[in-house]
Amino acid sequence: MRPFNFEKANSVAEASAMKSVNKQFIAGGTNLVDLMKKNIAQPETLIDVHLALTNSIDYQNNVLIIGAVASNTKVAVDKEVIEKFPLISKAILAGASPQIRNMASSAGNLLQRTRCPYFYDITTPCNKRIPNSGCSAVDGNNRMSAIAGYNEQCVAVHPSDFCVALAALDATVTAVTKEQKEITIPFKDFHKLPENTPWLDNNLPQDAVITKIEIPNNSFSKHSTYVKLRDRSSYAFALISVAAALDLNGKRIKEARLASGGVAHKPWRWFEVEKFLEGKRVAEDVFEEAAKLATKDLKPLSENGYKIPMLQGAIVTALKNCINQ
Amino acid sequence: MELKGQYSRRGFLKVSGLLAAFVTIPSSVKAFYQDVKQYFIPKKNVSRLTLSINKKSHTLYADTRTTLLDLFREQLNLTGSKKGCDHGQCGACTIHIDGERALSCLTLAAMAQGKEITTIEGLSNGSELHPMQKAFIECDGFQCGYCTPGQIMSAVACVNEGHTGSVDEIKEYMSGNLCRCGAYNGIVQSIQKVAAQ
Repeated sequence: MRPFNFEKANSVAEASAMKSVNKQFIAGGTNLVDLMKKNIAQPETLIDVHLALTNSIDYQNNVLIIGAVASNTKVAVDKEVIEKFPLISKAILAGASPQIRNMASSAGNLLQRTRCPYFYDITTPCNKRIPNSGCSAVDGNNRMSAIAGYNEQCVAVHPSDFCVALAALDATVTAVTKEQKEITIPFKDFHKLPENTPWLDNNLPQDAVITKIEIPNNSFSKHSTYVKLRDRSSYAFALISVAAALDLNGKRIKEARLASGGVAHKPWRWFEVEKFLEGKRVAEDVFEEAAKLATKDLKPLSENGYKIPMLQGAIVTALKNCINQ
Repeated sequence: MELKGQYSRRGFLKVSGLLAAFVTIPSSVKAFYQDVKQYFIPKKNVSRLTLSINKKSHTLYADTRTTLLDLFREQLNLTGSKKGCDHGQCGACTIHIDGERALSCLTLAAMAQGKEITTIEGLSNGSELHPMQKAFIECDGFQCGYCTPGQIMSAVACVNEGHTGSVDEIKEYMSGNLCRCGAYNGIVQSIQKVAAQ
C-alpha cells in the first residue's frame, strides 16, 4: 500500500471542498482498503466522511431516507425498511458477511468497484484499472461477466445486491457537488454502461459527495423477493440475481418491478418485461413467458452461456416466490 | 622559476573540472538515491493515535496505513486475532467494534479512535473463559485453531444478535468465517449450546 495522508471532514461542504482526483472519501473501507492493499487504488489522501454525513434512517412524507453512512446492517434490520421495503432488507442480507455488512456504508455500497478477476490482477490489462489498456475478460475467463449492455472494452458486472433492489424500487441518489449544489439522480441513471469510458462506473459528477438515498413509498411490500444464485450458498457474489416486486389486484398483476444483478455493468432493470406483466394473470406460464422475453436478445460471452437458462429460472422462481409469501 | 610550469592552462582546467564534478555529482547521486528509496520504501506518514482496546486506553504512534490487525499483532502483542487472507474474505481477524463484529484487517487504526474495541484476548473474565470459549472446547469446535479466535468472536456476536433460530440460520450468519479444517459442525453445536444457556 502506498502511504497516504489521513484527513477528516466535519461537514458536507467541507468534504466536497476537500475532495480532488487524488483524494478519496472513505467510510466503511471494506472495498477501498482492499483495493489500496493491492495498489489498484492509490489515493494520496483519504478523507474520513463519518463526521460529515449522517447514518440515520428516516421515514418522512411517504419517503424512506437512508443517510449516506448508515451501515448495511442498520438498513437491513430497520423496522420501517422491513415493514415497508422488505425487498431492500432481503437484498442486503443476501450479500457479503455480517462483519462486512456491519462496516460497509450505504453510499459506499453504490460506489463499490467490480469484482472482475482481471480488475484485481494487476499483471493483466484492464480498461477499468488502466484506461485504454484493453479488456482481458472479453476473450478470457468470463464466466462471471456480463450478458447484456457490454462492449469490447469492458464486460464487468456491478457486484452489489443492495443496488439491484434500489434500482427495482425507483430510488434516487442525492449528492452535493463541488460547487455546493444539491443534485438528485434517479437510480436507473446513477450507474452507467461501459460505453467508451469503462473506467467510470457511474454518472456521479467528479468530487461530488453522496448525502442520502431516498426510496418513494410503493405498494410492493406484500409481494417482493430477492433470488440470488452463486457458486456457494452464502458469502459469494451473484452469478445471477433477481429482485422482483408485484402489486396484485386479485388474480391479476397491477404493477411489476424486475431487476437483476450479475447481468450488466449496472443493476439491470427489465423494463420491457415489467410492461409485459402488467394486467396479466398470476400464473406460472405467464412467468415463463416473461423469463423468455427477458432473455430473448441476450448475447452471452464464450464462458457464460449458462447464465441464460439460469436467469430464466431465477426470474420464474422470483415471481413465484412473490406470490407464495 | 621552477613553479611556473605547474600553472599550465591544461592543469587548471583538469583541476577545476574535477572540483566541479565533485561538487555536483554527490548531490545528483544523493537525489537519485532519494528518488529510488522513496519509490521502494515510501516515506511513512506517522500519526498519534489513542485507542480503547479491551477496556484499556492505548496511546501510540502508527503509520496511516496501519490496520487494526497489524497494530494488535505488531505493536500491542495481541496476537490472538489472526491474519488469514488480509483481504476481508476469511474472517480470521474478526473483532468487535462497539459491540458489533467487524474485520480488523480492513479497519484503519486511524478510523477506530473513540470506539470500544474488543479482541479475543478481551473476551474472558480474568482466567474464567467466556461461555463460547468453553463451548468450543467441549464441542470440538476447532482442529488446527487458526480460524478459531475469529470464529469465537463471530459466534459471540451471532448469539447476541439472536441469529440462532436454526442450524441454517447459524450457518448463514457464520458464513463470513471460513474453516479449512471443516470444523463447522462443532462450531454450530457450540453456538447452539451457548444460545440455549
